[in-house]
Amino acid sequence: MRAFSYTIRQAFAQIGRNKNMSTASVFAITAMMLILGLFFTLMVNVNLMAENAENQFETIQVYLEDEVSAEKALEMVDEIETMEYVADARYITKEEALAIMKTRWGENSYLLDGLVDNPFPATIEITSTDLQYEGEIVKAVEKMRGVEEVKFHQETIDKILTITRYIETGALVLIIILVIVSIIVVSNTIKLTVHAREKEIQIMKYVGATNWFVRGPFLVEGIIIGFIASIIAAAIVGFGYYQVVKLFAEKVLIIFSSGMVPFEFIIQNIVIIFVALGVCIGSLGSILSMRRFLRA
Amino acid sequence: MIEFQNVTKKYGNNVAIENLDLKIEKGEFVFLVGPSGAGKSTCIKLLLKEIEADEGIIFVGEREVTSLPARLVPAHRRNIGIVFQDFRLLPKKTVYENVAFAMEIIHASRKDIKRQVPQVLSLVGISSKAEQYPHQLSAGEQQRVAIARAIVNNPSVLIADEPTGNLDPDTAWEIMELIKTINEKGTTIVMVTHAKDIVDRMGKRVIAIEKGRVVRDAEGAYREDESI
Ligand SMILES: Nc1ncnc2c1ncn2[C@@H]1O[C@H](COP(=O)(O)OP(=O)(O)OP(=O)(O)O)[C@@H](O)[C@H]1O
Ligand SMILES: [Mg+2]
Repeated sequence: MRAFSYTIRQAFAQIGRNKNMSTASVFAITAMMLILGLFFTLMVNVNLMAENAENQFETIQVYLEDEVSAEKALEMVDEIETMEYVADARYITKEEALAIMKTRWGENSYLLDGLVDNPFPATIEITSTDLQYEGEIVKAVEKMRGVEEVKFHQETIDKILTITRYIETGALVLIIILVIVSIIVVSNTIKLTVHAREKEIQIMKYVGATNWFVRGPFLVEGIIIGFIASIIAAAIVGFGYYQVVKLFAEKVLIIFSSGMVPFEFIIQNIVIIFVALGVCIGSLGSILSMRRFLRA
Repeated sequence: MIEFQNVTKKYGNNVAIENLDLKIEKGEFVFLVGPSGAGKSTCIKLLLKEIEADEGIIFVGEREVTSLPARLVPAHRRNIGIVFQDFRLLPKKTVYENVAFAMEIIHASRKDIKRQVPQVLSLVGISSKAEQYPHQLSAGEQQRVAIARAIVNNPSVLIADEPTGNLDPDTAWEIMELIKTINEKGTTIVMVTHAKDIVDRMGKRVIAIEKGRVVRDAEGAYREDESI
């Protein structure tokens, strides 16, 4: 307990004495975490989209132009049902499409309430006898009049998955680099305090201080730096995401027919990830900076 | 108390200590003398396990220092007080704090620190300067503080590497009187010095080292031709 209070007091004194560098490292780590946060929010949203897409595009969705009347649409359904590989075809009106979306996005459905124009097209939903031949059906249906767009399973999901993979790999590489940079930044900051206290450390060692006793204040110094950075970063990402959800969730829902990941989920995870990462970066950086001094 | 058995230490090709044998009993007062580069400081660094011997065994008390695992080194050092020529006080701490610092490091209670530090300061004769900073003290006073710090945790050995090297003869002699007092209280003393007059006047055991070997081990004087 005594050793603990010594360690904490010393750590804060060190940060105070080394204000500029400490602030600089806090900002460096914060910047790194902001980038991480950007990728994280992007990732979870893209993942959600991919998941939704999979549900949605189990069937072939034939979006009809707005001019197509209900009678015309039902004729098209009949025609499609005669095609090879088609198991079933079903007409969905604009109103039904909206209702389906509302149930699908349960908790986010309030976002649909404010819509003036129903943005969802009337749709013919086709179930194939065999996923393998969906391509053929799509080719045939695309030639029909009144068809605006055909979306089906493979194409869309493949596209989304490819994008997801690119983002994931890119994010991982970037984050590893940034974490390493952060550790070096922290370790350099702490090296300065270590240098300033070199004499003291030497005396501590002569008097028989343990390595952990010597290391303690520097470790805590690093952890404090990492912790402060993580809180700042989490606050910025949280606030930013909140604003983005407020401004764009509705548009995202319409364009990608997928809701955004709720703010609560993001903030909880961001706080945990950032604090854990900040503490790791801080302690690793400080242990690294002290290695040379503790050898003898 | 302290024993070197056939100890060799090399820095690359430079042999600092070669097949050195040495035995110091508990409570003894020993001078370690010899020309510059003889290996005196190397002996002390080996005792503190600041450096590793290439060959041989070293004992301090019951402990075999040479095979001591790193985690036991701090405990080993707490049993040895050390004083240097350049005092090595912390400039931003007062006299009192400099001494208390040595106790904080070993997790002494605040109560023990409050009791022990004034006692030691009074023993080394510096009580009146407790709240001063090192730069406000004379060299002799600074060395007293360093000695206080070295003995505050009651080590069984006090090692002094040229403790009077920066002091004028009178002050040096005062410091010697102090070290003698500490020795009389039962602490084993190993003191490295070039001060021939001090060694002669003290009349204690003198171990002379040259080129990493013991060349003389006798009571009394700095040089053989002067011993009685
Ligand atoms: N860190 C080191 N690296 C290389 N050689 C060293 C190192 N420390 C000491 N030596 C060498 O070891 C030998 C013994 O040095 P040591 O410091 O023990 O001498 P000393 O007896 O204390 O001398 P002095 O009276 O000048 O303090 C010298 O030749 C010195 O150059
Ligand atoms: Mg020396």
